[in-house]
Amino acid sequence: MTILGQLALWLAALLAVWGAVVGFLGGRGNRPELIRSARRTQYAHLGVISVALLSLMVAIFRHDFNVAYVAAYTSRNLPTPYLISAVYGGQNGSLLFWAFILAVFAALAQWLTPKRYDYLMPYVAAVMSCVTLFFVVVLLFAANPFQRLAFTPLDGQGLNPQLQNPGMVIHPPMLYLGYISITVPFAFAVAALLARQLDTGWLHAIRKWTIVSWIFLSIGITLGMWWAYVELGWGGYWAWDPVENASFLPWLTMTAFLHSVMIQEKRGMLKKWNVILIALSFFLSIFGTFITRSGIISSVHSFTQSPVGFYFLVFLVLLAVSMVWLFWTRRAALEPESHLESLLSREGSFLFNNLLLVGMAFSILWGTMFPIISELVRGTQVTVGPPFFNQVNIPIGLALLGLTGVGPLIAWRKASPRNLRRQFAVPVTAGVMMAAALVAIRFSDFYAAVALCLGTFVVATVVQEFTRGVGARHRLHGESHALALVRLIGRNRRRYGGYIVHVGVVIYIVAFSGLAFKNDVEASLKPGETASVKSPFGYSYDLTHVGVSQYDQLNRFVTTASVEVSRNGRRLGVLSSEKRQYFDSMKRPTFNPSTEAAIMSGLREDLYVVFAGAVDGTEEAVYRFTVNPLVWWVWFGGVVLVLGGVVTLWPGGGPTRASVRRALQGYQVTLVDRDREPVAKVT
Amino acid sequence: MMRTRRDVLKHGLAALVPTGLLQQDDPAAERQTRQEDVPVGRLRDPGLAGQPRGPVTDYENDPFIIGVEEKLRCTCGCNLDVYTCRTTDFTCQVSPAMHRRVISLVEQNKSAQEILDAFVAEHGEMVLMAPRKEGFNIVGYVLPGFAITVVGGCMVWILARRAKLRAVASSQVGSGTPIDGLSTEEAARLEAELRDLE
Repeated sequence: MTILGQLALWLAALLAVWGAVVGFLGGRGNRPELIRSARRTQYAHLGVISVALLSLMVAIFRHDFNVAYVAAYTSRNLPTPYLISAVYGGQNGSLLFWAFILAVFAALAQWLTPKRYDYLMPYVAAVMSCVTLFFVVVLLFAANPFQRLAFTPLDGQGLNPQLQNPGMVIHPPMLYLGYISITVPFAFAVAALLARQLDTGWLHAIRKWTIVSWIFLSIGITLGMWWAYVELGWGGYWAWDPVENASFLPWLTMTAFLHSVMIQEKRGMLKKWNVILIALSFFLSIFGTFITRSGIISSVHSFTQSPVGFYFLVFLVLLAVSMVWLFWTRRAALEPESHLESLLSREGSFLFNNLLLVGMAFSILWGTMFPIISELVRGTQVTVGPPFFNQVNIPIGLALLGLTGVGPLIAWRKASPRNLRRQFAVPVTAGVMMAAALVAIRFSDFYAAVALCLGTFVVATVVQEFTRGVGARHRLHGESHALALVRLIGRNRRRYGGYIVHVGVVIYIVAFSGLAFKNDVEASLKPGETASVKSPFGYSYDLTHVGVSQYDQLNRFVTTASVEVSRNGRRLGVLSSEKRQYFDSMKRPTFNPSTEAAIMSGLREDLYVVFAGAVDGTEEAVYRFTVNPLVWWVWFGGVVLVLGGVVTLWPGGGPTRASVRRALQGYQVTLVDRDREPVAKVT
Repeated sequence: MMRTRRDVLKHGLAALVPTGLLQQDDPAAERQTRQEDVPVGRLRDPGLAGQPRGPVTDYENDPFIIGVEEKLRCTCGCNLDVYTCRTTDFTCQVSPAMHRRVISLVEQNKSAQEILDAFVAEHGEMVLMAPRKEGFNIVGYVLPGFAITVVGGCMVWILARRAKLRAVASSQVGSGTPIDGLSTEEAARLEAELRDLE
């Protein structure tokens, strides 16, 4: 099967060259036969790369340990779900998986794009073929998953214990889907530049793709945080690790794009900026992969150092040079159709939102690369860890949170003082009231307090927008409030879905601020002994050590330490944390013992218990107990964020036939008094 | 020595079965046997319960020591600070050693800065979780905020200037001029709607 896989990769390389050549030639010369061929190449890619991926999967499921990749990442007793995750658990397999998803997206882009964008499709096929070619070349020459060993081991080394977690089965594919789907909007942007068709057409073509990418990136990042929290045992979920940063960078630039694209659609402005943002997002997605896999920056997550780094670097340089050339030669077609009339406008607030989002991306990239820069400038390597990133990025993040509330309140084009007063009165009052309440309770952490005040302001903004919208529908159409809410969201999914996303962001940031009140206690306990750990909410948890037990389970030997938990004298249950020593099928230990934390999750806080080890081989256990406030809300914030994204993505929701008819009949304004019935209708 | 019939049968069978098979280790069976012999309060297989640990002392929960350790990077290559590493990666041998070194310096009544300096002298600046705010490192801290401020300032200046120029130009043309083909009244209505409804 591996020979078949290898052949499939070579065929994919040839097809990619063909697709790129006929795509460019077909688009340039408008030759239908070449265009058809380029588009069909995308489906052929999907077919041959699927064969390659299936070949690797068959090798894994048949335990063909003569294949180096199978021997390195699987073992005979590895549970089936983790055999699937082993496909992308190592460098070579993950790159093949990447190529496969890229082929899926390339085929979907050709299949799902409406006919009115046919003028872009040959170029889209060509760009997708070029990117596919790059990954296939890396697979063939630097990271071949079908490479064979000179001998066949009796069993493989097994999958890293930290990857044997349900979160790790889903998290990488989600993140890959996010990273890779950015290629589609990028391909459309390049196609628009090549075709010199830089009106809003290409933006409409990629709108759903950009939201899809953004949703997958959001899910991938949130799942990554969840995995780090439940599996790594350090009681946190974000450590500003280079690999985490690499996933966050394209998310930030995509978020900036999703805002700035509205300005181009409504006002014909920021054309250059939107092309730059899409190209930057794609560049950063590849750059993130480069720093993860090249080994230039040390990271907990990074793959071992390998020759793929050189290939990625060459690709990044080629990408940057060709984008600069394309942009420069097409700059005349990217001139704006109108100009900003006032800084006090929604466009103005979006500009500052973009500045902060891209500024934050720059700041994170700068911090991630600073050890290398420092070494180049001073000859001394430094460490840039969480203290640096928190110090630099928390103020930017809070400013962004503030703008999240400001944007929806300001009118397009130019806001009048009356408009500002009317829009800001309630949200600002809510924020000030929260500030007063925090002062009254002597809230200790400055940044957390600011986050709570700004969060209140943003939520009040969103509530005000929904209340006004529902009220208007209720008065105009006589709908019940519930129906009015559903129809309000249904008729303008982009706007109200966006507001739901804003609420998700607020929940995220307020939940992050809970980290300021985290409390850790280490204790060694004999059976029956009790330790206490304080909650920031004013009470204590009592944790009584029950004992330590050892037993065999699946492919591992487990040592479990259990504590009985009570709060204010009320028993809450038993938490068991484990040490796991994994074995291969011949009962040989693989990897060092890993730790499984026990978590009691609640709305206010999580109690996080880690069994550090036993004292002198006895049942006296060493524990770390952590009270982690508001962690549940991080996951809930992720759900709300993604839900909002799905609402904006959901098909339909455009203008109704009646509203189109009315619009065609002429300009119509319906004046509605805020407190009473409709007062006038002017046509 | 008395031999039962069962013993004879056992030894007879053993002679028939290849020695390799008889001598093959079966860790699970071995553990099962050992389980029966384990005294109360002891683990049957301590070697599989991670690194042996000593009892927790007051130093482990000392906020001063934790504060210092959170500023020091474990040199094992894990990218974590000493406190997080020693309370997370229980296989690491480096962070417990660094923890003991911090304790010994605390016992010598060293201040937090003196302890950090001692580690920098031993391991270089890379041992700090964040670069010191001195020399070129200041650029690292300041540049992102500075860049955002400068770009933001330039944006405000350029856009305000353009808006002013356009306002002057439109006032020279005259306020009664139709906007984009609309009458003055229609333009006013449009403006009012955009202001109020957005």
